[in-house]
Amino acid sequence: MTDQSAPAVSDAGGRGPAAPALLRAHSPAVSAARARRWGSFYYAEQVLRVMKGYGWTIVMYGVGQPVAYLFAMGVGLATLVDSQAAFGGVSYLAFIAPALLISAAVMTAANEFTFPVMDGFKWRRVYYGPHASPLTPEQIASGHIMAVTLRFLLQSAIYFVVVALFGASPSGWGWVSVLVATLAGLSFGLPLMAYAASIKEDKGQFAMVMRFIVTPLFLFSGTFFPLDSLPLAVQWIGWISPIWHGTELGRVFSYGYEEPPLLTIAHIVFLVGLAVAGWMLTKRQFVRRLGQ
Amino acid sequence: MSTLAESHNPGGHSVTEAARNRRFGPMYSRNVKAVIARGLMATKSSNWMVMLSGFFEPVLYLISMGVGLGAIVGAVQGPGGQEISYAAYIAPALLAVSAMNGAVYDSTWNVFFKMNFAKLYQGMLYTSLGPLDVAMGEIFLALLRGLLYATGFTAVMGIMGLITTPWAILMIPASVLIAFGFASFGMGITSFMKTFQQMDWINFVMLPMFLFSATFYPLSVYPQYIQWLIQAMPLWHGVELLRQISVGIFSPATAIHVGYYLVMIVLGVMLTAGRLRKLFLK
Amino acid sequence: MWVPELVSNEELSSKPSRSKTQGDQMQYVITAKDLTKTYGDVTAVDGISFSVPAGEAFGLLGPNGAGKSTTMKMIGGVSQRTSGSLSIMGLDPESHGPEVRAHLGVVPQQDNLDEELKVRDNLLVYGRYFGLPMSYLRPKADELLEFAQLTDKAKSKVDALSGGMKRRLTIARSLINEPRILLLDEPTTGLDPQARHILWDRLFRLKEQGVTLILTTHYMDEAEQLCDRLIVVDKGRIMAEGSPASLIREYSTREVLELRFGSERNATIGAELEGIGERLETLPDRVLIYAHDGEAALEQVSARGLRPVTSLVRRSSLEDVFLRLTGRSLVD
Repeated sequence: MTDQSAPAVSDAGGRGPAAPALLRAHSPAVSAARARRWGSFYYAEQVLRVMKGYGWTIVMYGVGQPVAYLFAMGVGLATLVDSQAAFGGVSYLAFIAPALLISAAVMTAANEFTFPVMDGFKWRRVYYGPHASPLTPEQIASGHIMAVTLRFLLQSAIYFVVVALFGASPSGWGWVSVLVATLAGLSFGLPLMAYAASIKEDKGQFAMVMRFIVTPLFLFSGTFFPLDSLPLAVQWIGWISPIWHGTELGRVFSYGYEEPPLLTIAHIVFLVGLAVAGWMLTKRQFVRRLGQ
Repeated sequence: MSTLAESHNPGGHSVTEAARNRRFGPMYSRNVKAVIARGLMATKSSNWMVMLSGFFEPVLYLISMGVGLGAIVGAVQGPGGQEISYAAYIAPALLAVSAMNGAVYDSTWNVFFKMNFAKLYQGMLYTSLGPLDVAMGEIFLALLRGLLYATGFTAVMGIMGLITTPWAILMIPASVLIAFGFASFGMGITSFMKTFQQMDWINFVMLPMFLFSATFYPLSVYPQYIQWLIQAMPLWHGVELLRQISVGIFSPATAIHVGYYLVMIVLGVMLTAGRLRKLFLK
Repeated sequence: MWVPELVSNEELSSKPSRSKTQGDQMQYVITAKDLTKTYGDVTAVDGISFSVPAGEAFGLLGPNGAGKSTTMKMIGGVSQRTSGSLSIMGLDPESHGPEVRAHLGVVPQQDNLDEELKVRDNLLVYGRYFGLPMSYLRPKADELLEFAQLTDKAKSKVDALSGGMKRRLTIARSLINEPRILLLDEPTTGLDPQARHILWDRLFRLKEQGVTLILTTHYMDEAEQLCDRLIVVDKGRIMAEGSPASLIREYSTREVLELRFGSERNATIGAELEGIGERLETLPDRVLIYAHDGEAALEQVSARGLRPVTSLVRRSSLEDVFLRLTGRSLVD
C-alpha cells in the first residue's frame, strides 16, 4: 500500500530493491573531519569530472598542438636550419622538442587558470557551491590547482611519448622534462590565477594576457632558436620567462645540454619560487573573495 | 516639405510597406549601413587595447622568427628565384595568416556568441532588416578591421626595411580579399555550430593550416602528395599571392590565387545566405 | 532520519513547531546576538539578534537590500561578521567553518550548480565535499532526484533545465548530507506560480520531517505559507518579530479595503475618506483603508457619495504589516 501523501524519499525506501533502510549519512562531525583532511582532493575530483566532459578537446589542445608544431618546425623548418652547431650539437627536432613541451604546459595554464577561475567567482559561480559545504576557500583553490596539475602531467607525458617515438629525446633522463613542464605550468599559472581571482569585471583582460604576455613569452623564450641570437632589446624577455627557464632545464634533461650548474639551480629556484608565491597569493585571494 | 507630403500620401509609403514590397524579398532590405553603424558604435565602447592587440601578434612573430631565427637561417630563395632575407620571406606569409585569423575570429567566435548568447541577431531581425543585411554588415566590419591591421603590418614591414618594390602596397587590398574569403565561409560554417566544443574544431583546422601552408619554409620540403593537399587549402594561395606581391614578381599562378579567393567568396556568401534563410526565416 | 511525521498541514500551522512542545528547555540551533556586518561605509546588517529552536521554520522577511542574504551568509559561515556573536549548533562559524557547514544544507539566492555536469553528477560531486562514500551517494542521489521530481532528468545537462527545475535540483543538492538545518535564500524568486507551489510542497515535507528551515523572502505569501515565526527586516534592523498571524494581529486590522480612484485623484481623496476604518494609507496607485469589517467600510465610502473605479475587500497580509512598519511597499 503506497501512501501518496507520504514524502517520496521515504517510500523510495520501502520500494527500492537495495532496501536502503541503512542509507544514512555519517554525522556532521565526521563530514567536517573528513573535509578538513581531504577537502582539496574532494574539490579536485569535481574539477576532473568537469574536465572529463571535454577530454577530447584537452588531448587535441594539449598534445595535438605541440605535435603539429613539432612536425612543422622540427621536420619542415629543420630543412632550412639544420646546422647542428647552432643548436649545441643536436638536431633541430631535439632542440625544439623540450621547448614545445614547456610552451604547451604554459599555454594550458593560461587557459585553465583564467576563464575557469572567472567562472568560479562570477559567471556560473561554481566556487560558491563547495564554499557552502565544509570545504574552505584554501581547499577550493588547492583542489582546482591539483586537478590542473594532473592535466599538465598527463598531457606532458603523452607528448613525451610522441617525442620519444620521434627519437628526439636522446638522454635517459628525458622523462624528467615532464615534471619540468608541470612545474613551468604552475610557475606561470599560479600568479595568473591569483590575478584572475582578483578580477571583478571582465573587460577583456584575459585576451590581453594571451596577446601581450603569453604570445611574447612563447616567441622570445629561446623556443625556436637560442635566446642569444636575439638582440638584447628583446632578449631580457626570456630571462623573466618561465618558458625560457623551463625550456633550458628541459634541454638539460632531454639531451644533456651543457650549462653552468649554478644556472640550472637558478632555473629551478626561479620556477619553484614563482609557483609558491603564486600559490600563496591565490589562497589569500580566494579567502578574501569568497569570504565577502 | 517632401517628408510631410510623403506622410500624407494616401498610397501609404510607410517604411514597413516599403519593406514588404522590397525587391529582394525578406532576405535583404538594402540597409547594411544600419548594421555597420551599430557595429562601429559597439566598437567605441569596447576595449581598444584588445582591438589593437590583434595587430601586434603578427608583428611579434615577425620579430621573433624573422630576426631570431633569421640569424640562423640566413637568406632563402624568394618567388622569382632570387635570394631574400628570411624575414622578408615570412613577412607576407604572416600577413596572410593574420588576415585569415582575424576574419575567422570575427566570423566564427564573434558571430557564434552573438547568435547563441547575446541573441543580437534575433533582435535585429525583428526590425525591417533581413538576414543578408546582417551578414553583409558583419562581414564588412570584419574586413574593415582587417584593412587596418594589414595597413599597420605593411607599415612595420616598411620600417624594418623588408619592402623593396612599390607593388608591395597591393598587399593591403590583397589581404582584404583573403579576409573576405575566410569571413564569408566562416560565417556559413558557424551557422551549423551548436556548442563550444564544436567551435574548438575550427582551431584544429586553423593551426595545421597556419603551420603547414609554406608559411615558414618552402613547400618543396614535402613529398608530392602532401604538396597537392596543401595547395588545395585556401591559406597556401593567400601566402603565395602576398609573397609574389611583396617582391613584385607575378606569374600565371597569380591569377589562380586570386581566382581561388573570388570563387571562395561567391560560394561562401551563397552558403551563408542560404543558412541564414533557413535559420531565421523558417 | 527521513521518517515522516504524519501530521496534516493544518495541524502544523496551529502548532507552532515540534520542539516548542517538548518542554521548557528550548534547544536553540541558531543564536545570533547583535550581529553586524559592514562593507566599507555601508552597514548591511545592523545589530540584529534572534534565536531559532530546532524544527522551526524561521523566516527573514524584507525588501531587496534589507540585509537578509548577508545574514544568511554569516549563518552559513561563508561571510565574516564585523561584530556581534553567532552560534550554530553551539559552534562559532568563524572558528569552526567546516564543522558548522557540515550541519547545514544551503540553497543560495543564485543557483550555482555545475552546468558542465549532468544533473545526477551534481548531487554526487556535492556529496563528496562532505566526505560521503559513493555507496551512500548513489542511492541517495536517486532518492533525492525523485524527491525533487527530476528522476527523468538525471542524465540531462543542467543548462537544459528550466528555472524551477534548477531550483529544485539546488534544493536536492542541499539535502545530500541529510542536514538538520536548511538555509534557503529567496527560494522561489523568479519562478512562475506553478513552480513555486511545487517547491513549497517539497519544503513542507522537509518541515514535516523536522528539518529546521531558515528562509529569506520578499514574498509575503511565501512567508505566511511556510514560516512558523519570522522577523521583519529593513535596512539591516529587525522591525518586528512573531508568527505571521500574530504580526498581522498586532500591526494590522482584520480586513483591508482597497480603493482606486484613478491616479489623479488617489492623492487628494484622503481628506474625504477621513474617519472611515481605523487607519488610512495612500499609495500612488490606490488607497488602503484598514478596518475590522471591510464591507462596512465600503458602505460608508458609498454613503459619502464617493465612487471608486474599483474596490476590493481582502484580509490583511504581511504586506500590510510591512507597510505599517516602514511606510514602504515590500516589492517595489
